[in-house]
Amino acid sequence: MMASSYNAKDEDGHITVSGPGGGTLRSKKPENTAFKQQRLPAWQPILTAGTVLPAFFIIGLLFIPIGIGLFVTSNNIKEFEVDYTGVDMSSPCFNCSQNFSWNSTKPCTCTIPFYLDQPYESNVYVYYGLSNFYQNHRRYVKSRDDSQLNGDVNSLMSPSKECEPYAFHENKPIAPCGAIANSMFNDTLELFYNDPNGTRIPIPLNTTGIAWWTDKHVKFGNPGGNNPNLTAAFQGTTKPVNWRRPVYELDADPGNNGFINEDFIVWMRTAALPTFRKLYRIINKKSSMVPTLPRGNYTLEVVYNYPVRSFEGRKRVILSTISWMGGKNPFLGIAYITVGSVCFFLGVVLLIIHHKCGNRNNSADISN
Amino acid sequence: MLRRRLNRLLGGDERRVDSRTIYVGHRSSSTTEAFIPPKFCDNRIVSSKYTVWNFLPKNLFEQFRRIANFYFLIIFLVQVIVDTPTSPVTSGLPLFFVITVTAIKQGYEDWLRHKADNEVNKYPVTVLEQGRKIRKESEKIKVGDVVEVEEDETFPCDLILLQSSRDDDTCFVTTASLDGESNHKTHYTVPDTEKDLESLNATIECEQPQPDLYKFVGRMHIYKNEQEPAVRSLGPENLLLKGATLKNTQKICGVAVYTGMETKMALNYQGKSQKRSAVEKSINAFLLVYLCILVSKALVCTTLKYVWQSKPGQDEPWYNEKTQREKDTNLYLKMFTDFLSFMVLFNFIIPVSMYVTVEMQKFLGSFFITWDKDFFDPEIKEGALVNTSDLNEELGQVEYVFTDKTGTLTQNNMEFIECCIDGFQYKYRDANSELDGFCVTDGPVNKVQEKAGREREELFLRALCLCHTVQVKESTKQSQGDGLIDQVDGFGVDGEVPRPPQEQRGFIASSPDEVALVKGAMRYGFTFLGLESKTMKILTRNNDVEMYELLHVLNFDPVRRRMSVIVRSKSGDTLLFCKGADSSIFPRVRQEEVERIRMNVERNATEGYRTLCVAYKYLSAEEYAQADAGLREARLALQDREEQLITIYNQVETGMSLIGATAVEDRLQEEAAETMEALQGAGIKVWVLTGDKMETAKSTCYACRLFQRNTELLELTVRTLDDGGRRREERLHELLLEYHKKAVQDAPPVKAGVTRTWSSATQDYGFIIDGATLSMVLNSSSESNSSRYKNLFLQICQNCASVLCCRMAPLQKAQIVKMVKNSKGSPITLSIGDGANDVSMILEAHVGIGIKGKEGRQAVRNSDYAIPKLKHLKKLLLAHGHLYYVRIAHLVQYFFYKNLCFILPQFLYQFFCGYSQQPLYDAAYLTMYNICFTSMPILAYSLLEQHICMEVLLDNSTLYREIAKNAMLRWGPFLYWTLLGVFHGLLFFFGVRYLFSNPALQDNGQVFGNWSYGTIVFTVLVFTVTLKLALDTRHWTWINHFVIWGSLAFYMFFSFFWGGIIWPFLKQQRLYFVFANMLSSVSAWLVIILLILLSLLPEILLVVFRKPRGPHARQKKPVQSSMGGNQSPRSSARPLLMRTFSDESNTVI
Repeated sequence: MMASSYNAKDEDGHITVSGPGGGTLRSKKPENTAFKQQRLPAWQPILTAGTVLPAFFIIGLLFIPIGIGLFVTSNNIKEFEVDYTGVDMSSPCFNCSQNFSWNSTKPCTCTIPFYLDQPYESNVYVYYGLSNFYQNHRRYVKSRDDSQLNGDVNSLMSPSKECEPYAFHENKPIAPCGAIANSMFNDTLELFYNDPNGTRIPIPLNTTGIAWWTDKHVKFGNPGGNNPNLTAAFQGTTKPVNWRRPVYELDADPGNNGFINEDFIVWMRTAALPTFRKLYRIINKKSSMVPTLPRGNYTLEVVYNYPVRSFEGRKRVILSTISWMGGKNPFLGIAYITVGSVCFFLGVVLLIIHHKCGNRNNSADISN
Repeated sequence: MLRRRLNRLLGGDERRVDSRTIYVGHRSSSTTEAFIPPKFCDNRIVSSKYTVWNFLPKNLFEQFRRIANFYFLIIFLVQVIVDTPTSPVTSGLPLFFVITVTAIKQGYEDWLRHKADNEVNKYPVTVLEQGRKIRKESEKIKVGDVVEVEEDETFPCDLILLQSSRDDDTCFVTTASLDGESNHKTHYTVPDTEKDLESLNATIECEQPQPDLYKFVGRMHIYKNEQEPAVRSLGPENLLLKGATLKNTQKICGVAVYTGMETKMALNYQGKSQKRSAVEKSINAFLLVYLCILVSKALVCTTLKYVWQSKPGQDEPWYNEKTQREKDTNLYLKMFTDFLSFMVLFNFIIPVSMYVTVEMQKFLGSFFITWDKDFFDPEIKEGALVNTSDLNEELGQVEYVFTDKTGTLTQNNMEFIECCIDGFQYKYRDANSELDGFCVTDGPVNKVQEKAGREREELFLRALCLCHTVQVKESTKQSQGDGLIDQVDGFGVDGEVPRPPQEQRGFIASSPDEVALVKGAMRYGFTFLGLESKTMKILTRNNDVEMYELLHVLNFDPVRRRMSVIVRSKSGDTLLFCKGADSSIFPRVRQEEVERIRMNVERNATEGYRTLCVAYKYLSAEEYAQADAGLREARLALQDREEQLITIYNQVETGMSLIGATAVEDRLQEEAAETMEALQGAGIKVWVLTGDKMETAKSTCYACRLFQRNTELLELTVRTLDDGGRRREERLHELLLEYHKKAVQDAPPVKAGVTRTWSSATQDYGFIIDGATLSMVLNSSSESNSSRYKNLFLQICQNCASVLCCRMAPLQKAQIVKMVKNSKGSPITLSIGDGANDVSMILEAHVGIGIKGKEGRQAVRNSDYAIPKLKHLKKLLLAHGHLYYVRIAHLVQYFFYKNLCFILPQFLYQFFCGYSQQPLYDAAYLTMYNICFTSMPILAYSLLEQHICMEVLLDNSTLYREIAKNAMLRWGPFLYWTLLGVFHGLLFFFGVRYLFSNPALQDNGQVFGNWSYGTIVFTVLVFTVTLKLALDTRHWTWINHFVIWGSLAFYMFFSFFWGGIIWPFLKQQRLYFVFANMLSSVSAWLVIILLILLSLLPEILLVVFRKPRGPHARQKKPVQSSMGGNQSPRSSARPLLMRTFSDESNTVI
């Protein structure tokens, strides 16, 4: 017993004692199970030209139609984009962009006329786009307090330190805190249809349905739950430094006010790339007879609040219809067509090689 | 140990250090001297590493000493201290997990050690103190205590045997737990000590503790009533080792000489240098490359960040201001922390989990060796044993096999075949054919059928009966008195009586040759009855019991290669019988006798038998007296006892007369030839290293088909050196050059590496060298020659199909292994052997294999793997080794690949987020990627993959060449995998990047943000990486299916779950419904499918274009053997589990 415990060795030169009976004679016959004998029944696939060839053709034949479908769909999506940054002297917003100051009380407005050369039949989605705006900068991305946005009262009064330097202002907690909220896009965009008669018909822009349902209903919530008196709920906090209005005055509709304001929620979902677009408004189709946006002249009225010139950014407005695959993006269609064609081509090449060598070798192998 | 070393280093007084003096029973030798009890360590065995108090710090310290752990700790600390993109949890959690698991494992092992220590240390023993018997705990024994041990107890420390309950002052001991030899060994009391231990006044002077179990030198001074002290020599036969068990003896008393950690057992179980496999070296090299990639990525990003920031408006636009603290930070400090942050962001490229997975793979994989029923040997009822799982894959890389001959290639199951007496050949046929069971067969041609004189015959048989150290097995001892005689009577008188009872009667000896000889003599009518109190009894053909007093045994040792006994017959004649190898006997006998025998011996040797020559000599009274005195004196010597003894031996063993020779057959192991052929087919070079003589070894080589008929043998032995008649040195030089020209220069250039051709067209060479010549080659007189000879020798050997080294001393075996190991290209070597003489080469080689043979367990204990039979080597290497190598190589490459394409998108993302260290993936994904989503499939693959099924691997040994020279882990494949990883990473990132050029991806016009971006990339990544493995899997068991599809399902499930709940403990709900929204977008689906297919497309193409291996296609036979009906339903207990764990304990991570 004593000695049997000294059969094992340790690498450090220490004696390893492996318990009673450790390392001593093992006179048990190994079990004859499939697992222990490494004889589990197994499927042993062999990839040969013979098995892969059909796959190539199938991929080719599947991908090319999908690609064409995608490409056509993408091409059918109507999109209109107008840059209103006001970099050029000729640009209507040049003045606004030049004279920008945070403290100005009088909003600067500019009007941009444009012409749609084809009617937009279905719902039209209005996006604003920013360029060279690093919403995905680490310092920026983390500068938010999700529990505050969720309606947590403690976090409302003492925002997370991630929000620094936008957590407190004049010793009051900022609601909503953080750089993301602070820099919320605050240009106001309005669309007018210039009737051939010369009247400007405002186009109704729908402010809801632009944010993820779960964001609006679960992730974001006002402090105090459904308390309609938001002003009281936000008592003791202050508005973000760059905001003109406090958070509880974002919208007149109490269902779209405070933290659950959809413009706010959309802004809070940080973009993946420095050039991005965000959904601003939706123009709902009124009836099947009339196109949502008929062909003609339009006017875009911008209340120019958002400065981008300081970091050489650009601002755009995008009007776009939407298909089942989302917005206009020819990439997928082209990629599918390319991959499908390459597969098909490879299939043909393989078939030729297969035939030539296969006959010679009289086997399924393609030997090189 | 350390203290001992220190002593040796610091102790200026050599004398004091070299021996210790022990006062038996703590009684001072003389009253005049002041008695200062010398200090020795106590009898506590401490094998545990930790105590409760120091466990945590010590264990942590040891774990963080490993470079990988330390690296991850640094990363973790950086994350804690510096403001880094990922939370410390992402790297802290896995590290904590690994450290905790390892700590728990080590703690548990240490607890077991504590338990076992306590069991040993608290074991009650009886100590005699002032005439009283006192029960004590074992750990309280001090050097000098007189300890009483009863039958079947183990000795608590190293004892000098003072008194035995047996009449003949001996005791029997089994050392099964020390060296595995289960026979009973006889130990002797110190001669002439007083019966009354109480009044014994003695000191023992003996050497300092040393680990050799079989060496002990000491001297005992016995003081009697102021007389001149009597001096008795002490040798290993007087020393009872801790750990051995007392057998067949009621009780003994002994005095403790070495205690605790100084016992030979404790000293013996120390330090075996750890072997590292070639795969691990590759891993380390790859790690270095990845570390460079990591550092350069971080450097590139840091540089670009500051270049980018230098443009106005970029560093701190109005919407993204820095905190005051950030503004105040010194620029260079900021740069440094930025660099660290990038390191942290990309650190996943060196995966924590790879170490865990590799360790798990090795540990779990090694079970398949122990579980393999093909390794089960019904004879010894044992399967294979794995002592270390570090080297599994090395089994697939072996280039040189060094094998022992006796017991490895051959069975070591000796059978007496024939003998030759005075040149007449006697062959044993069948006992029934002739009454005396002795017949003469085809003797030398020049002699007609005749027998040697009866006198000579009997002398020869007596010699066989007497000249040995065989013991009669104790179990038959009871009936020995009459029962045995009866049987022998029957046997002797009429041959009809069935023999089996005798055949099976037990003889136990250290060497099976001796047993074979004694049994052989028994068949011819001379039976050895046993040794009792220095009297050997033999039963002659005439049924007389003859008694011989055994005076001296001149032990066998491999250098002398002979042994002798000096006996005194009843008639008073003193005889010396000597048996030994021909080379050591012939020079010591009268030359005219030699020629008659030599022919026979050589003929026997070429037939593959082991031959021994037997000689005798009458010693006159004076001669004996002289020899006796010399031997006694030498045995008392404290210093150089061995040398002195050998000198005396050599003096005594001269002028003998040769009686005859014996031939003993050692059968080849089962399937030895097939195994050797398979190994050679696999491109492995087999070297036979044996202590046996050249002729025997050569015939074994032919029998094993190591040498073929057409093999040209290049001999470099003492014989060929002596041929030329010139000086050996010159001749050696000449021969070496000649052979070199033949084998190396004239041979067609063989392409190195994988394409070693197995051609039969070129001439095969076999090389033979013997020990003496080898030492000439290695230790040539001049320095310059030495290295040159060595090179020539190596080159010759490397060009020979097989090499035979005979007459090797154990150390020379190791020397050869070392030489080959360190030669150009550092080939992987494997040593296989079964005996203690193979231990040195087993330890030296990259992989040491022990055979559970008959020569004790030493080889098994020191080996890395132990198998019951040589034939198992074939499966171990060709099937297990091959598969393990392929598995682990794939595992390693795959791990690097999957982490490269995991991190590359994250790196690329930096170019789009202003180099702000923004992670692309969520922290949960970062953490779970290696732990959960992609770890199980590769682990299952690395345990179960059989890219070629076992039967095919065994049938086509050439397949082994495909993976030779670390073929799957060289820079080529590594580059391929790396490029694949880069390709995938680029594809994932830019594929999604172009998709996100319009982030309105849902059919309600809503847009996706950065976390959706990361999630899409991550989804593509997880699927591609898993499916890539699925493409590589050639052996789909249900486990593979379960794990691969299960992992993907788990990923989906987890993502839903993770994004489905507002987690209260998270600061940011980044992934809230991101995954679900992603799945609701058709475009996301389409891009995921497209990217997965596109990534795998080149892989599929390559697989198709790569030449498919022929045997692949062969369908695996449905093997559902229903045999083995008596399999035990219990799961086999695996002591290995703990063992391997402990071996691994420090290597996890």
